[in-house]
Amino acid sequence: MATLEIKDLHVSVTTEEGEKKILKGVDLTVKTGEVHAIMGPNGSGKSTLAYSIAGHPKYNITGGSVTLDGVDILSMKVDERARAGLFLAMQYPVEVPGVSVANFLRTAKTAIDGEAPKLRTWVKDVNEALERVTLDKDFAQRSVNEGFSGGEKKRHEIAQLELLNPKFAVLDETDSGLDIDALRVVSDGVNRFSGQGDRGVLLITHYTRILRYIKPDYVHVFVAGRVADQGGPELADELEANGYDKYVKAAAEVTSA
Amino acid sequence: MTSRLADGPEAIQDSMAQVLELSPVESHLHPEGSFDLADHPVPTGMEEIWRFTPLKRLRDLHKDTPLDGDDFTIEVDAAPGVTAVSVPAADSARGVSGYVPVDRVSARAWAAARSVFEVMIPADAEVAQPTTLHLRGGSIEKAAAGHLLVRAGRFSRSVVIVDYSGSATWAENIEVVLEDGAELTFVTVQDWNDDSVHVVTQHATVGRDATFKHVAVSLGGDVVRASTSADYRGTGGSVEMLGVYFADAGQHIEHRLFADHTAPKTKSNVEYKGALQGDGAHTVWIGNVLIRKEAQGILTYESNDNLVLTDGAKADSVPNLEIETGDIEGAGHASTTGRFDDEHLFYLQSRGIPEEEARRLVVHGFFHDIIRRIGVPALQERLIASIETELAGHLGQAEHVGRIPA
Repeated sequence: MATLEIKDLHVSVTTEEGEKKILKGVDLTVKTGEVHAIMGPNGSGKSTLAYSIAGHPKYNITGGSVTLDGVDILSMKVDERARAGLFLAMQYPVEVPGVSVANFLRTAKTAIDGEAPKLRTWVKDVNEALERVTLDKDFAQRSVNEGFSGGEKKRHEIAQLELLNPKFAVLDETDSGLDIDALRVVSDGVNRFSGQGDRGVLLITHYTRILRYIKPDYVHVFVAGRVADQGGPELADELEANGYDKYVKAAAEVTSA
Repeated sequence: MTSRLADGPEAIQDSMAQVLELSPVESHLHPEGSFDLADHPVPTGMEEIWRFTPLKRLRDLHKDTPLDGDDFTIEVDAAPGVTAVSVPAADSARGVSGYVPVDRVSARAWAAARSVFEVMIPADAEVAQPTTLHLRGGSIEKAAAGHLLVRAGRFSRSVVIVDYSGSATWAENIEVVLEDGAELTFVTVQDWNDDSVHVVTQHATVGRDATFKHVAVSLGGDVVRASTSADYRGTGGSVEMLGVYFADAGQHIEHRLFADHTAPKTKSNVEYKGALQGDGAHTVWIGNVLIRKEAQGILTYESNDNLVLTDGAKADSVPNLEIETGDIEGAGHASTTGRFDDEHLFYLQSRGIPEEEARRLVVHGFFHDIIRRIGVPALQERLIASIETELAGHLGQAEHVGRIPA
């Protein structure tokens, strides 16, 4: 069993008005075999948490730690974190002109495994991974995410998740902008991944809709850069009924006090 | 100024006259040419056409250094049916493109060239195999002049490649004539040693419904300055100019393009992409397009993208569009100069790909689309390998990668 542990994480970004604090002490522990949902209103810092774990250069870590089985990952480069077993499915996957999906996937797989995948099985693996997320195999020859629709980009992220098969997947609003069919396809992919048993999922979402298809073991409510509440799946039902109002109000009172 | 042919048969004079029937254009994009050296004073570097060029490094090609060097070889791989021979300048058909030297180096090269290399593709010939001229310089000591004439006969279809290597101080004129309906891909590959200086002026004239694809690959040399122009002898002609260049520390690579829309319903599409790395790497791209009053219903687009890989490198990029008719189908241009996109690198790295490898992918991706469209498979592969070599010099070997035990 592996453990991803976030302790008292403080993160800020540099803006024109100066340093802006976004995460103000986040504590969260995810073990393999668990699915955690992080829910919260816009601007609560959910995406910042995802990108900080992955190591995006825009975010400045000002305090706290993130460890994978006790090993500090914040001192690692972005690619080292991925090779250590982390994966970030992005809300807005980046278009990389001229780099084919096939070449990209093979290069990533080679980097992760430390050796090139066997050519014969690899092509089949890629085609099957694309097929499972209902992407035509022609996508392998297209430039990474270039000209993909929003839904195709998200499904491509899930195909990568299955091919690279990390220990922990952080899914940043993978459900936003998806129609119901695409949402099912994406959810099925995540469930196949977590269904292996020894994999951990941190599912960041704005809506409860995806939780009809992906059953979380734990739900965390994220407000104003902190975990404001946590519980089991029943917490998602409560949020569905009552929204984030009471948490936002409470956070505002803390801030103004 | 005098504008006349130095030599050549009467027929050429006639076709020249047709071209010159166009209404006169007052434009710096269209300098009046001349064979008379007196009309081309030694440039000072202040002139618009010379202001980007490091004259001090031209080894006096732009002044009066003799162009009588002969330490070079030309090897020819001619495709079946294509003739490629050297003929004395006086007996050659040079001038048939209507080209008249537009600068001093070109006028000097014209005067100095003792022979003209003529490549002839017969009418109706369909030649899949490229005809390649390997020009190899043996020394930079004595400057030399060259003249190449490529004539693609009516409705012929062919590929001609000029492959430059070795060391040379080389002043050159290239003329290309596409008869009506001809389809020609003409490629120059500057793969010189680091000490070479190459100043070349190329002019193509494109017949009715003819299709000209010009590909410039510029990798080597100390200074490479290539001026390429095209005009049209009839309606429906199409010109595509593709360029790929890679400048290293201290290298000056300059491409000057000029699409002169002299006939209605013609097309031009100019796309150049370059990467720069190292201190003093300098690239210049000038994209001139002139749409004359006669050139109604034309379509033109030009673009130049530069990827600056390190500090200390500089890319100049200047598109110019001059339109003298209100009736055009489309005209546009774009120019970008940028560094690595952090988001590209982050995305690739977030999939475990090490930074150096991610940079390689992005650079290859940057060039991919334009290389793909060259349409000469062997050359495309060689170019990808050349970019890899250029990058290896800068990025170093990819570090060993593997899953890091957590």
